[in-house]
Amino acid sequence: MPLKKIGDFSISYLQILNEKGVVDAKLEPKLSDDELHKLYRTMLLARETDARMLKLQRQGRLGTFGPGTGQEAAFTAPISAASDEDWIVGTFREPGARLFRGEPLSQYLAYFNGYEEGNTFDPAKRVLPMSVIVASQTLHAVGLAYAMQYKGEKDSAVITFLGDGATSEGDFHEALNFASVWQAPVVFIVQNNQWAISTPRKMQTRAKTIAQRAVAYDMPGIQVDGNDPLAMYQATKEALDRAHAGEGPTLIEAVTYRLMMHTTADDPKKYRSEDEEKEWWKKDPLTRFRVYLENKGLLDEKSHAALATEIKAYIDDEVKKFEAATDWPPDISFDHVLGTRHPSIERQRTAFLANLNKEAANG
Amino acid sequence: MAKLNMVQAINLALTEEMANDENVIVLGEDVGVDGGVFRVTDGLHDKFGEKRVIDTPLAESAIVGASIGMAMAGLRPVAEMQFSGFSYLSIPQLEGNASRMRARTMGKWTCPLVLRMPYGGAVRALEHHSESREAMYATIPGVTVVIPSGPRNARALMLAAIRDPDPVVFMEPKRSYRAFREEVPEEEEVRELGKAQVVQAGTDLTVVAWGAMMRPTLKAVDLIQKKRNITIELIDLLTIAPMDADTIVESVKKTGRCVVVQEAPRSFGASSEIVARINDDALLYLEAPVGRVTNYDVVTPYFGREMMYLPDEQRIARSLEETLDF
Repeated sequence: MPLKKIGDFSISYLQILNEKGVVDAKLEPKLSDDELHKLYRTMLLARETDARMLKLQRQGRLGTFGPGTGQEAAFTAPISAASDEDWIVGTFREPGARLFRGEPLSQYLAYFNGYEEGNTFDPAKRVLPMSVIVASQTLHAVGLAYAMQYKGEKDSAVITFLGDGATSEGDFHEALNFASVWQAPVVFIVQNNQWAISTPRKMQTRAKTIAQRAVAYDMPGIQVDGNDPLAMYQATKEALDRAHAGEGPTLIEAVTYRLMMHTTADDPKKYRSEDEEKEWWKKDPLTRFRVYLENKGLLDEKSHAALATEIKAYIDDEVKKFEAATDWPPDISFDHVLGTRHPSIERQRTAFLANLNKEAANG
Repeated sequence: MAKLNMVQAINLALTEEMANDENVIVLGEDVGVDGGVFRVTDGLHDKFGEKRVIDTPLAESAIVGASIGMAMAGLRPVAEMQFSGFSYLSIPQLEGNASRMRARTMGKWTCPLVLRMPYGGAVRALEHHSESREAMYATIPGVTVVIPSGPRNARALMLAAIRDPDPVVFMEPKRSYRAFREEVPEEEEVRELGKAQVVQAGTDLTVVAWGAMMRPTLKAVDLIQKKRNITIELIDLLTIAPMDADTIVESVKKTGRCVVVQEAPRSFGASSEIVARINDDALLYLEAPVGRVTNYDVVTPYFGREMMYLPDEQRIARSLEETLDF
């Protein structure tokens, strides 16, 4: 018997705004001026936040963190396509997503300075706390999406972020499979930033694209220029529309680049060339978005300077707020082991405080 | 009152709470149409439908990971691990996320889920179906580990576990699933987590056990009480972590002697923790070293040799006598 073809699969690549800021008018999404402005402002805020945090970290005023510089379009534009009813389930490298939804920067800073107080963003905003265990959050997204289906919240879908390294984890594949079987309203957005610390994308998988992982789970998959905010917006919007309509999950591969280090504890010179970094700086999402906004008459030299000043003032204020908050009780960890207080844990709290007092007395 | 076995009693608790609270969802491998390989979830699929009793694909990490998302969205998932021996694939989700969601966010987010799993030996099962790994779960702060010993407390503890605001690992001694029946009250009965139960009072010796070890321990206690005309205080631990050491310590202060019976391997188990707590708070009341009857630090043998390794009535009785005679 001759082989019979039973399936035909292909993966598309979407770019709307190219490196030079030239837009494909046929594909251009209809974003209002305000929406465009908020998206650009948040991307710039994320960029400037990285720069300030790096300074603070080098001065010993902040702990280790992972800068998102270069990926601002990939993690911010998807949220601009979502409504406040949609959930965000991310990791530790999507500042733009969190800031877009209104998380105060002072909290973000507190988190990276080693205080749980930084992970207390209002749950009503539907942003889950940052997940550090790679790919584990994708399963939380699926469970949340199931709950939305179960509760009949048809306007609520879940956007979950992960990296290219995370696509090698079992949890990612289990999440795609569960989401597919349950037809759960989830949008998986892979931040393919080419590097998982020192491991290049080509060593994570032989597959030509990460987007094609979707094929095996029978869901739409698309590769998107992750440095193109309009393409990221459009791809996410279409995926959310499907999710809201009960048509299940989507996998989006955002092709982008981590322009800085994995975290402040990492030195990329050890494993990649500066030439490579230079090539990607030419594809900077902020540069092309600025050109686009200027061409639309929404931004010029003067208004950009005003925006930069406003952002700097905001960051200054938030850093002040974050550094002023020093009255955090030492024994707070005992409050949040379990919702029910237990005598043996309470006795350990007493011993902990007594020990601190003795240490204070001994100077 | 109805006489139920443990399978029926847990089923009763699940049925009651699913009827009480539409946020309660059951999920796991074969829990729906099949009613679970041990039939603990039998009938729930018919009663509550496939949206609330979910036959999942085969993936333990996903079952727990998805449960976390459900719990954070306000549902009360009760997830089944088909056997505790397969639950380890889900530990990264339990340790890395569920157990610490409250601490991670200072209580802004919590993770109320129940992770049910049959555990323990003596059922002539193949490899990976006979271990007692409660200690592994008990070392995770933020997780409550519960082990019922009979139908009545299984039902009452399950209701408390589902209503608990945090993750509960609910380990079911499968050897006791159908071994005996008990009167289970028709009216709702909830047993507080984190509390041991003094099953019988006594003055000469304290004996602590839990799960499937309660039955042989009870027999050994009866035997030695009669033989020596003494009274023995028997404590059913019920919650492994956080441990109700106070009940044990108070008892030991009264009796001066203690034996702990544990199905798990000897080292780094709950029995070690009990000895440490007695050492902390009741050392000077002791008239004998605390005795321990446990499995050995070996990989759980196949069932051909299994019974030689598990504590039984005779070994427990000998240990009680040694501690009394010290």
